[in-house]
Amino acid sequence: MKKIKCALIGSGNIGTDLIYKIRRSEVLEPVWMVGIDAESEGLKRARDMGLKTTADGVDGLLAHVEADDIQIAFDATSAYVHAENSRKLNALGVMMIDLTPAAIGPLCVPPVNLREHAEKLEMNVNMISCAGQATIPIVNAVSSVQPVAYAEIIAGLASKSVGQGTRANLDEFTYTTSNALVKVGGARNGKALAVINPAEPPMIMRNTIYCETDDTPDQAAITASLLAMITEVQKYVPGYRLVNGPIFEDNLVSVFMEVAGLGDYLPTYAGNLDIMTAAATRTAEMFASEILAGKLTLKPVEAA
Amino acid sequence: MAKSKLEGRKVTFHDMCLRDGMHAKREQISVEQMVEIATALDRANVPMLQVTHGAGLGGNSIQHGRALASNAEYISAVAEKMTQATVSVLLIPGLGTMHELDEAYAAGARSVHVATHSTEADTSPQHIAHARKLGMDTTGFLMMAHLNDAAGLVEQGKLMESYGAQTIYVTDSAGYMLTDDVTDAITRLRDALNPETEIGFHGHHNLGLGVANSIAAIAAGASRIDASVAGLGAGAGNAPLEVLAAVCDRMGIVSGVDTFALMDMAEEIIVPLMDHVVRVDRESLTLGFAGVYSTFLLPAKRASARFGVPARDILIELGRQKMIGGQEDMIQDTAMTMARERGLLDAAE
Repeated sequence: MKKIKCALIGSGNIGTDLIYKIRRSEVLEPVWMVGIDAESEGLKRARDMGLKTTADGVDGLLAHVEADDIQIAFDATSAYVHAENSRKLNALGVMMIDLTPAAIGPLCVPPVNLREHAEKLEMNVNMISCAGQATIPIVNAVSSVQPVAYAEIIAGLASKSVGQGTRANLDEFTYTTSNALVKVGGARNGKALAVINPAEPPMIMRNTIYCETDDTPDQAAITASLLAMITEVQKYVPGYRLVNGPIFEDNLVSVFMEVAGLGDYLPTYAGNLDIMTAAATRTAEMFASEILAGKLTLKPVEAA
Repeated sequence: MAKSKLEGRKVTFHDMCLRDGMHAKREQISVEQMVEIATALDRANVPMLQVTHGAGLGGNSIQHGRALASNAEYISAVAEKMTQATVSVLLIPGLGTMHELDEAYAAGARSVHVATHSTEADTSPQHIAHARKLGMDTTGFLMMAHLNDAAGLVEQGKLMESYGAQTIYVTDSAGYMLTDDVTDAITRLRDALNPETEIGFHGHHNLGLGVANSIAAIAAGASRIDASVAGLGAGAGNAPLEVLAAVCDRMGIVSGVDTFALMDMAEEIIVPLMDHVVRVDRESLTLGFAGVYSTFLLPAKRASARFGVPARDILIELGRQKMIGGQEDMIQDTAMTMARERGLLDAAE
């Protein structure tokens, strides 16, 4: 079966884990890995895994886009360089899956709004953050039952699973995730907290979601909605699991989750890595299926 | 005869009543009470005092509790009344942001503790650099210092220094460090950091060592000490400032504060304000014994009342799992899991 060819930009934890996820896909094929350091472990690993590589950043890829028929690119660099990467690749008709906090394109959480983005033929969709992917489905499950005045989430991450980019730019993570709790989660206000824990053995990714509803929570409806949503997420992240809750206290709904990864590149504790790469892959697959079915044709985007 | 080997040593006290003390008051100190306390500290010549939600900037939340006023309201109300004291804030990256630091600065804060867990200094470069850009007195604050060894603390301290921190703190958030641990960590930092970089110590009194550890820190080269009047702070509180000041007076350590004024303040203002007597008791001692973040004390007691698992058991389990500051959600989660294991909770709940 024909597959859509993909490029991965950024050879860190996320980019490397994406190779594993995409290789497993029935509709995607990883072809290029783009880095900035020829000696980096990430590029070396990508070469060993059979990908073509360039250490010249996205410019090193541009000349090959047409010949290698690259149609989808995943950007796992940083918010600062994503805009430029996206502009250059969109101009060649390559659709971008943005895994940085840049959020130029619409925010995407697959079980919540992926279909909508695919129908609109978006050329750039943003995957928010690991915490966003892990918590927004829950917020959305509550807000689809009744209005949520405020959603607050706490992401507990194993130190070994948090890369340099996230560490050096924690504020971007906070802003992007908080904003997405509103825009995609459906809460009127949102706040995201991140805690990085160095315990050994590493802690599995934990997420706590608090939703304050306007009126008394409909416990049965919210519980049913949550459980249905968890089943949807488990389709692409099998280790997405409810640990405790939902518990109800006045208008507060509390849900305690954990995310175990598949253990592809980093061990299973790094569910934060998996939920991001799995969501990105699922998003790309949706677009790829539409392209393969002839329903979607990617077109170059004129530079503004 | 010299009063002590440390006679003539200078130290800057930094009061924590209106930040760490917020934890002990479940964030329910009013703006008026803050102004009263800060004014008394200013009058007692305390040079620095911290004013924010207990969890710092961005702290107002379900996770950390909601205070009676916003951080900006507290800071500006206090700052405009100060005649000599500098108002500082706490900022924990991942919770507080640079945007909130800008607000705090605009409200009158001129010093900041940029706090990370003792192994995660590399989450602070933006915030430290931004504080310096604002012209603030900038501290890198290594929390839960007992979860790193002295060599590791040096490495993390050097990182924060490289981002621009002017002072590096060893922060014994769990009140777990023994006096020799403090001496070792501060001595090594003093050797490794630039001579112009100051070193600080922030203790908790959970093992009754708040004052002794602060003195050990000064002896090893620390020049800034966090303490709070009557110990108003998380767990068994911080080192009680009036006690520390009295010990320093006896030893000839120069702090410039008015010890009698602080003693009066403890008796007349702070102790009457306490909801519970902040002291070493079964649960706060457990914090120090098991190495648990002091702020977990009150939420653990609440979870205990709700789910029927003794607070001490919950705290010991949190210590075993090496939960750190900011993971307050895991207190309820852990209590529920323990309650289920003990048959105290419906399995379906």
